[in-house]
Amino acid sequence: MLAKRIIPCLDIKDGRTVKGVNFINLRDAGDPVELGQIYADKGADELVFLDITATVEKRKTLVELVKKVAKNINIPFTVGGGIGSIEDVDALLNAGADKISINSAAVRNPNLINDLALEFGSQCVVLGLDTNIIENEWRVVTHGGRKPTPLKTLAWAKEAQERGAGEILLTSMQGDGTKQGFSIDITAQISTHLDIPVIASGGAGTMEHFKTVFQEGKADAALAASIFHFHEIEIQDLKQYLKQENIAIRL
Amino acid sequence: MQLAIIDYNAGNVQSVLFALERLGIKGILTNDIDTIKNADKVIFPGVGEASTAMNYLKKYNLEDVLPNLTQPFLGICLGMQLMCKHSDENDTDCLGIFDLNVTKFPTHTDNQKFKVPQIGWNQLENPKSPLFKNIKEGDYAYFVHSFYVPKNDFSIANSTHSLEYCAALHRDNFYATQFHPEKSAKVGAQILKNFIEL
Repeated sequence: MLAKRIIPCLDIKDGRTVKGVNFINLRDAGDPVELGQIYADKGADELVFLDITATVEKRKTLVELVKKVAKNINIPFTVGGGIGSIEDVDALLNAGADKISINSAAVRNPNLINDLALEFGSQCVVLGLDTNIIENEWRVVTHGGRKPTPLKTLAWAKEAQERGAGEILLTSMQGDGTKQGFSIDITAQISTHLDIPVIASGGAGTMEHFKTVFQEGKADAALAASIFHFHEIEIQDLKQYLKQENIAIRL
Repeated sequence: MQLAIIDYNAGNVQSVLFALERLGIKGILTNDIDTIKNADKVIFPGVGEASTAMNYLKKYNLEDVLPNLTQPFLGICLGMQLMCKHSDENDTDCLGIFDLNVTKFPTHTDNQKFKVPQIGWNQLENPKSPLFKNIKEGDYAYFVHSFYVPKNDFSIANSTHSLEYCAALHRDNFYATQFHPEKSAKVGAQILKNFIEL
């Protein structure tokens, strides 16, 4: 049986791992390659690296980092942050990334999803979808949650699937950095209405939150950052707990 | 040992090279026919879409070379699917090493929904072959695919995602895995090591 995935997310700035509360107030949590390797050894099912300062001049640094990660780590990983073109994706996949995640660029130019799916296959195209409740409905937000868009979350997720996205990384700004739990309703809605897997993100604070997002949120994977980086929850303990709760987990 | 990795513009070959490197083997990335023929072992990776990949194989004149190789040969993911006779993915005629048809996963059974593509760690059922030395029933491997090879007489491991499907194939010198050993942590490293030691 296909296991639910636990995915630590490493936010990268200038080659270092950082994680902020609601994406502001960044704290330093170490070297990404070393952290990634530790997580892989502890049983992480996958890793996500989000370059939160992806600027043109930094892109080369990111490609080098991706190469180092691929060299050292024997589980799959996704790279996101500032990816906007086929050339960007080509460089990252060639460096050894398994998947790339596109976010704001896809909102600006939805055809990018089609282009990437056609060129590299849906399996490596993850749509990063940041969402928040705006005027009483779930809408898509961009730029780390600062910019609201008129797009409705479910409609955009469906469109992305039709255009060829292979997976949705759904980050709820309601939850992000709060440790109050994942946003179960929107996660369940998207997972139920789509055929492609959904990674839930934003709000993980306790082991129970993971159980709830898998059982009630119907998530295929759950992502978290600071609780893992600062050892508030150890991945092995979390996976043991979920297994005991009868959730399909790889131990 | 000369280990050739077939280079035909089909995805994440770097990861295969790195995984071999971690086992102390330096693979040669190549589409040169003589290099491939003379290699001690051949790995045929692949990520992406079947018809595009077949076109690249044809472009490099590998279409008739690969099925006639005699050294241990390991297809991975799309590589495994291309070793079959036909894929429903854009109605593609493939290499025909295995007389099998590749078809798309259903997204529903009568009462349950299944995500397609299947992305993630799934369990190996009944693994049997020297390729799976030290691999246990229920060990997890990493899969990413929308199309699958049905269970068949050449299956050396199966797995289940809405239905029981073929996770690995073997006939003569030809081996193939639907999962990615290069991304399957310790289990995958063991399988690659087994292949190297065949």
